[in-house]
Amino acid sequence: MPGLDDVHAGYLPLLDGAVLVTAARLGFAEDHGIRLHLHREMSWATIRDRMGVGHFDCAHMLAPMAIAANLGIAPLSAPVVAPMVLALGGNAVTVSPLLAELMAETGWRDDGPAAAGMALAKALVRLERSASRRGRFAVVHAHSCHNYDLRYWLAACGIEPDREVDITVVPPPLMPDAIASGQIDGFCVGEPWSTIAVRRGAGRIVTTKAEIWRRSPEKVLGVSARFAAERPEVLDRLIRALHDAAVWCDASEHHAELADLLADAGHIGVAPRDLVPALTGLLEVAPGEAQSIEDFMIFAADDANRPRLSDGFWMLSQMVRWRQVTESDAARHAVRTVFRPDLYDKALSLEPSDSAIKEATLNDQNHWPEGLFDRSK
Amino acid sequence: MSPALTILVVDENRARAAIIEESLLEAGYARVEVVSEMFGLVRRIEEINPDVIVVDLENPNRDQLEHFFQMSRSVQRPIAMFVDRSDSASIEAAVEAGVSAYVVDGLKKERVKPILDMAISRFNAFHRLSRELEEARSELADRKVIDRAKGILMDARKITEDEAYRLLRRSAMNENRRIADVAKALVSAYTLLGDS
Repeated sequence: MPGLDDVHAGYLPLLDGAVLVTAARLGFAEDHGIRLHLHREMSWATIRDRMGVGHFDCAHMLAPMAIAANLGIAPLSAPVVAPMVLALGGNAVTVSPLLAELMAETGWRDDGPAAAGMALAKALVRLERSASRRGRFAVVHAHSCHNYDLRYWLAACGIEPDREVDITVVPPPLMPDAIASGQIDGFCVGEPWSTIAVRRGAGRIVTTKAEIWRRSPEKVLGVSARFAAERPEVLDRLIRALHDAAVWCDASEHHAELADLLADAGHIGVAPRDLVPALTGLLEVAPGEAQSIEDFMIFAADDANRPRLSDGFWMLSQMVRWRQVTESDAARHAVRTVFRPDLYDKALSLEPSDSAIKEATLNDQNHWPEGLFDRSK
Repeated sequence: MSPALTILVVDENRARAAIIEESLLEAGYARVEVVSEMFGLVRRIEEINPDVIVVDLENPNRDQLEHFFQMSRSVQRPIAMFVDRSDSASIEAAVEAGVSAYVVDGLKKERVKPILDMAISRFNAFHRLSRELEEARSELADRKVIDRAKGILMDARKITEDEAYRLLRRSAMNENRRIADVAKALVSAYTLLGDS
């Protein structure tokens, strides 16, 4: 088709890449005059590298990874801006059947993240006593909400993440294998990889991102700062196209079609039925045992796509907490250069939101975001 | 030449890994190790204790490797990605070729550059080879399907092989498609009708 602008986007085979895939495959991009070329990659490192050398104009990115790029703590990264959030929630914490058994022995019944964390703390002590080793957990990247959410939850439940467990990195599609083979005792990962582990009898979901920090951002659209500066008008249309796609993805009547589309070998390459639980929020937490999780994953509702500086500052505070960076004005400036609600508002012709920005810091709890499990109520 | 360096090639594609290993050995690097099995990768790296690690960009374990390199800073020799920001041409060439390299921090650039350059050129050569092989394969498949379609036409229309080919070529030109695609459609239609 003539007159379309070519945009190259990298993504990883995960459910929260849905907005990019539907925009490219179901015509939302073309409706806005864009030919969206998708490039599936197998690691965040390769997304970063290919963004760095200009192969991609934009990419599916872990929100903290975008911050890390602008902080200069990741190799080879070029500056990025995040004018849009691609999904809220969508991750789950899964433990091995052995650890689940040890948790059950403490009298634990599914009752929110605080109860699960208490049971896990006791289970880890028993594990250490019986197997004389610490529990091993995996996340997808050091600069990820998976890492920070898991650590936040553990720490809030009295488990010191750096001393009482080991936390390593495993790529999402390999999580089910890693837990089934006993290399790890638990993990925090985006869907469908918890569902797949559960259905293989290799794990039990004990809590979710939506419960640890309700309605919190997960992946963002990372756009090369150069592209944003040189082709602002194309970026506006891209944001509008992705927003349309996100609204489509959110609608329950589209979930079956969305699952079929993403299940394709060229995208996630799993059975459609393994994508459905996350889309409906009715998770299979153990084989045959369903549990409804409110707001498990949100693509567009509740103004989900608008990046919030408050969330960026909160992520920075977690990077500081786990000693990945030190608190500084330069670091706070980096957050401002990444999270760009102004670009989102401009693209969708919205009035800038006047809600006060909460500049969260580690020590100033008054500015912590809403929805953290141990602070609500 | 720096024959004392230990180089680790991490690649699930055994053929490609073998080509790189051979080239490095030929160039005089005596200590080259190849890991194609990703299970227990981190432990293998600890055992091998390499100075330079060459990894393909499609490897899903790159995030795990980079995490390990960062974590091991205190106990082991630090490993960093081989990037010299001034040398963007080299970075681009590597990413273009689909390869990345990690080196022990402090290792001089001139000692590592020839290794990376060699990996880049071997990766490119391997892609070229795979592409050519793929083309040769599909060419062979095309020829087979065209032969089959010709046979069907010859039987059905009682015409010669040349006439059958001209018929295929004419419909391909009329429909603006490849001859092989017309042949493929004909063969599958024929098979569907159950006459094969």
